[in-house]
Amino acid sequence: MSAVADKYQELKDLGCEVFSVSVDSHFVHKMWNDHELVKMVDGGVPFHMLSDQAGNIGRAYGIYDETQGIELRGRFIIDPDGVIQAMELLTPPVGRKIAETIRQVQAFQVVRASGGAEATPAGWMPGDPVLRPGPHLVGNVWKEWKPNE
Amino acid sequence: MADQPKGCARVTGAVLGEPATPDAVATPDEQPVKEKKMTATVGKKAPDFNAPAYYNGSFTNVQLSDHFGKWILLCFYPGDFTFV
Repeated sequence: MSAVADKYQELKDLGCEVFSVSVDSHFVHKMWNDHELVKMVDGGVPFHMLSDQAGNIGRAYGIYDETQGIELRGRFIIDPDGVIQAMELLTPPVGRKIAETIRQVQAFQVVRASGGAEATPAGWMPGDPVLRPGPHLVGNVWKEWKPNE
Repeated sequence: MADQPKGCARVTGAVLGEPATPDAVATPDEQPVKEKKMTATVGKKAPDFNAPAYYNGSFTNVQLSDHFGKWILLCFYPGDFTFV
């Protein structure tokens, strides 16, 4: 969570709010923030840390592990209409790469700003060319985009 | 934002729009109601919920739909004081 906290300003600048959720109580969230995370991130965690002790939210999002009684590393990008645009799910031992999450938010924002007229090819980074799907592009993507460029 | 319950009440996150006890309404002469389960999927509306939260030194409540209109990053993780 400290990795997300560290990049919070970048997400905020993109108009993206952050919520973390685990099965710990909000009291434990306070202790974790005050005793450990504050030593990793200046000022501590800058977003709401949500508590889902019964796993109700985790089940609705399909990331609750009934055997272990924990929530897996599920990550969801939700657009301004409340629609889930992206999800990622990892087992506990491997952490996320927040830079990829930020890249995806930026890509979905470009697509949304174009009203769906534009699409971002694999590996797209902000500033890279986008594709405008249509009859002209069928069989011609190679003219506009190559995987190794 | 609703106030937190005082004292030691155990509060938890709750999904909105689902009955708390789905079986309670079923009666023998009714056809079993197909359980309407909300499961998150890309391209579909995010299940709404309400949950107690710690934020900036205080305890508060968060309802997801209060924040629709902005982009939202929702991150689940296994537990506080774990190592990754």
